[in-house]
Amino acid sequence: MLTLECPYCGVKAEETELAPGYEAHLKRHGPGSTDEAFEAYMFARKNPKGVHFERWRHAYGCGKWFLAARDTATLEVFGTYPAQSSGPPAELIEKIKAKRPDWKGF
Amino acid sequence: MSTRLARGGRLIDRTKAVGFSFNGKQMRGFAGDTLAAALLANDQMLVGRSFKYHRPRGIVASGAEEPNALMNMGVGGRFEPNQRATTTEVFEGLRATSQNHWPSLEFDVGVVNNLAARFLPGGFYYKTFMYPRAAWKHVFEPIIRKSAGLGRAPKGHDSDRYEQAYAFCDILVAGGGMAGLQAALTAGQAGKRVLILEQTAHWGGRAIIDGDDAAREWIAATVQALGAMDNVRMRLRCMAAGVYDHGYVLADEKVADHTPGDGRPKHRLWRIRAERIIAATGAIERPLSFAGNDIPGVMLASAVRDYVVGFGVSPGDRTVVVTNNDDAYHTAIALVEAGLAVPCIVDARAQASGALVDRARALGIRVEQGRAIAKVRGGKRVTGVALCMQAGEGAILAEIACEAVAMSGGWSPVVHLWSHCGGKLVWDEAQGHFRPDATRPPTGHDGAGMVVCVGAANGEGLAQPEPVWIMPQGAGTALKTKMWLDYQNDVKVSDVQLAAREGYESVEHTKRYTTLGMATDQGKLSNINGLAVLAGALNSTIPQVGTTTFRPPYTPVVFGALAGESRGEIFQPMRGTPIHAWHEAHGAYFEPVGLWRRPYCFPRGGENHAQAVEREILNTRANVGLLDASTLGKIIVKGPDAGRFLDMLYTGVMSTLGVGKCRYGLMCNENGFLSDDGVVIRLSEDSWLCHTTTGGADRIHAHMEDWLQCEWWDWQVYTANVTEQYAQIAVAGPKARKVLEALGGIDVSAEAMPFMTFADGVLGGMPVRVHRISFSGELSYEIAVAAGQGRALWDRLVEAGAAFGVMPYGTEAMHIMRAEKGFVMIGDETDGTVVPQDLNLGWAISKKKADYLGKRGQERAYLARADRWKLAGFETLDGSVIPDGAYIIAEGMNGNGQRNTQGRVTSTYYSPTLKKGIAMGLIVGGLDRMGDQVEFNTVAGGTVRARVVDPVFYDKEGVQQNV
Repeated sequence: MLTLECPYCGVKAEETELAPGYEAHLKRHGPGSTDEAFEAYMFARKNPKGVHFERWRHAYGCGKWFLAARDTATLEVFGTYPAQSSGPPAELIEKIKAKRPDWKGF
Repeated sequence: MSTRLARGGRLIDRTKAVGFSFNGKQMRGFAGDTLAAALLANDQMLVGRSFKYHRPRGIVASGAEEPNALMNMGVGGRFEPNQRATTTEVFEGLRATSQNHWPSLEFDVGVVNNLAARFLPGGFYYKTFMYPRAAWKHVFEPIIRKSAGLGRAPKGHDSDRYEQAYAFCDILVAGGGMAGLQAALTAGQAGKRVLILEQTAHWGGRAIIDGDDAAREWIAATVQALGAMDNVRMRLRCMAAGVYDHGYVLADEKVADHTPGDGRPKHRLWRIRAERIIAATGAIERPLSFAGNDIPGVMLASAVRDYVVGFGVSPGDRTVVVTNNDDAYHTAIALVEAGLAVPCIVDARAQASGALVDRARALGIRVEQGRAIAKVRGGKRVTGVALCMQAGEGAILAEIACEAVAMSGGWSPVVHLWSHCGGKLVWDEAQGHFRPDATRPPTGHDGAGMVVCVGAANGEGLAQPEPVWIMPQGAGTALKTKMWLDYQNDVKVSDVQLAAREGYESVEHTKRYTTLGMATDQGKLSNINGLAVLAGALNSTIPQVGTTTFRPPYTPVVFGALAGESRGEIFQPMRGTPIHAWHEAHGAYFEPVGLWRRPYCFPRGGENHAQAVEREILNTRANVGLLDASTLGKIIVKGPDAGRFLDMLYTGVMSTLGVGKCRYGLMCNENGFLSDDGVVIRLSEDSWLCHTTTGGADRIHAHMEDWLQCEWWDWQVYTANVTEQYAQIAVAGPKARKVLEALGGIDVSAEAMPFMTFADGVLGGMPVRVHRISFSGELSYEIAVAAGQGRALWDRLVEAGAAFGVMPYGTEAMHIMRAEKGFVMIGDETDGTVVPQDLNLGWAISKKKADYLGKRGQERAYLARADRWKLAGFETLDGSVIPDGAYIIAEGMNGNGQRNTQGRVTSTYYSPTLKKGIAMGLIVGGLDRMGDQVEFNTVAGGTVRARVVDPVFYDKEGVQQNV
């Protein structure tokens, strides 16, 4: 029962209010892409023990999608940020690196 | 015999007598007694039969760790099985019965299992019932089901109510002993929001029994101080059941277990979010493994102390104390101070010294060092013990007559709450127990430890035991087969050693093979002794063997508390349309569609459902029918980029749809598979209304928002799910136009409103939107009206339609009529692996568009293969209906000896219009197979022959709908 702060409405939402959306920052591969690229986009998912970026929707709240950086093993939440982001914010990356020196980066 | 003492009992009120019954026998106790204490006060030593061997069992413990004294409690709507006598407070009129025996507790037929015990070793379930295979179903399973299990599940409705509550705090303290009270006091004084929970009915924990006067005064003063703090909340009879992610804690408060029928909820389940959790959960004493340690009268030393000091109950005139540590000397001293006899303290340690030992000796108690119990004498109660050397093999040195044995194998911290969410343990060799490893706590949202263990739960202040895992250490097989490790699951030392010999080296495997520590025990009583025996058998060490996983709940939580108010009619929300009340008043038979209830059919007179459906279809085809289609999903998509967005969402082109026009569209997921369908209408230059399936409304709205928010966030599009804002009524049949004309208003003539158009206007005085679309194949209008006017419009249509023979029809008639027309249904013809091309819906896919969701997925070579199963129609040669779910069989067998398949049925009905069975299905080759004869399997085991035909069975030219 995680709690994640919705970056839109500021509510510390608990897991029952949220809908999971799996891995964040996937790059869409549409018509014209190779089979390999499409397969990777469609099916290949990271499953790290450690730092992970995920999509969540505040489904029973404001309805907005947002992204979360979280440690899958310790459940530490490094931060949440709007879904309209091409990559994790720089300061969030710095924060994670400070806490997880071994992290290979996004 | 066990009895009530003339004096003493710190937890009872001797001025308040309480009457209760056990197995129908009337007994007396005092207010403050647990049921276990009151049973012992009435000399009821025998309280149950063991799970596997049906051996006589007595009360072992005085708290939540009790393995034997599980009772049926109450009768009728208040019957509850498996309630612990040691945690149940007695009240006037309590009715308890013992369980797991037949025909009676005193004479139990199942005890033959005990005589056959050598044929029922650990893992016997897996070994014995393997062959012959057929015997499992007909012989073994019925017998096991009859003889296994503890209490019987209640059958009727629960008369009590249960409630759930939320709580938030900075500090949650689990445990109201001295350590917990001190932690709560410190946090409370620091201004934190504190919630302190105690599972029993009194504060102070073991200190009430073991502490001196000063300790009890401190407890009273601290409870009073905490009660006076506004930022501290205190709950008795409230057990912290489990710790979950990010400080989420479930706690079960037994509000009215001891006052049934007083109007309060029986339990209250707390859902707590705590910033930090302090586990002051204390420690549990361990049994010792000696032969006959399960005979009624053998108890934990601390439990004996609890009964004597706390409840003024004597377990017997003479109690032998057996121990490997100093703590049990407290029990011996307490017994002597209560005027009872302790014939001997059997101390397994070669050397015992210290203040407690000296005090016991000063009281004249005989202390035998380096000794062990070779075996306990007795059957349904203890009659004596035989002593031997602990270092030896069990040669008997002396016999001592006694009525009870108080044993102590040391103490184990209660680390459950620490471990539930991943806290790690460390083996403390000196203390002989696992305790929390403070460097590896369970972590919270901030990455810091969220649970702290204090006091005995952290291994503080517990007596140091000498490792004694088997008594005597050189015991042979005869003794080891009578040494119980887990009373509740009947696991003995010999079972664990057998598991080790058979290769079960992992503690988790051994647990499952032998059932050690399973069920309600969850490692409370049996864990460490079992691990130690396993380690010994594997020539390993306890930390190397490790411990099993501690899982919530700490003690069982009844289903009633977990369900709370979610039962009966409010088990889940029920969605009804604005016309629902009319349906109910007119005898509709409802079917659930998601959370909606939709009329399946409207039986009249003595009709059965099939007859009603047939009448509704024939009437719709001949006259006119009404369908409540309000549940259809309705999503408005609006904005400068709405057309571009819909072109990505649907396989067809929606941006070119003219204002006032309707178009059928398909939606796929990125994988290319068909996900939803429906009619899209264009409301204005920049807005569209998308109809989805009933079940798809919320899902498709979320799907739209996902793509708009996460992928194309620079596109200017709004979506709004207006499903419940409108009622929608389909008026279908050759006389549909006449009904609308009778209502008066909007021009619905063929010229003014051709097929696949819509118009806003007024009908019968109500503002409406009329769509000329058809899912039945008849002339059909779907009328949308504001939800608040849905019922009024329906009533007007029923009234105006009477002259034309109007009848309402339900979802089954709708399904059959669409199947007669060959229209696909999401969820029938699709199952998440079907692309539109499989359903011959290529016409609804744009060839011109560069991209849409699913286009790339559909381009995969696999989906273009010639042997894809594709849609076709089927008619049996004999006119019968193909069974639901039937497969089309092919030549030969597969690797499992089953017939190969070449397709399956997806929709199959008796068609009242055509007076024969019709079906749609997927088959290799699809429509190219037209005219072929194939065979479907049937549930009965035979086959039915059918011909592959066109899936449009009725009015292929569309004459009926284009009038």
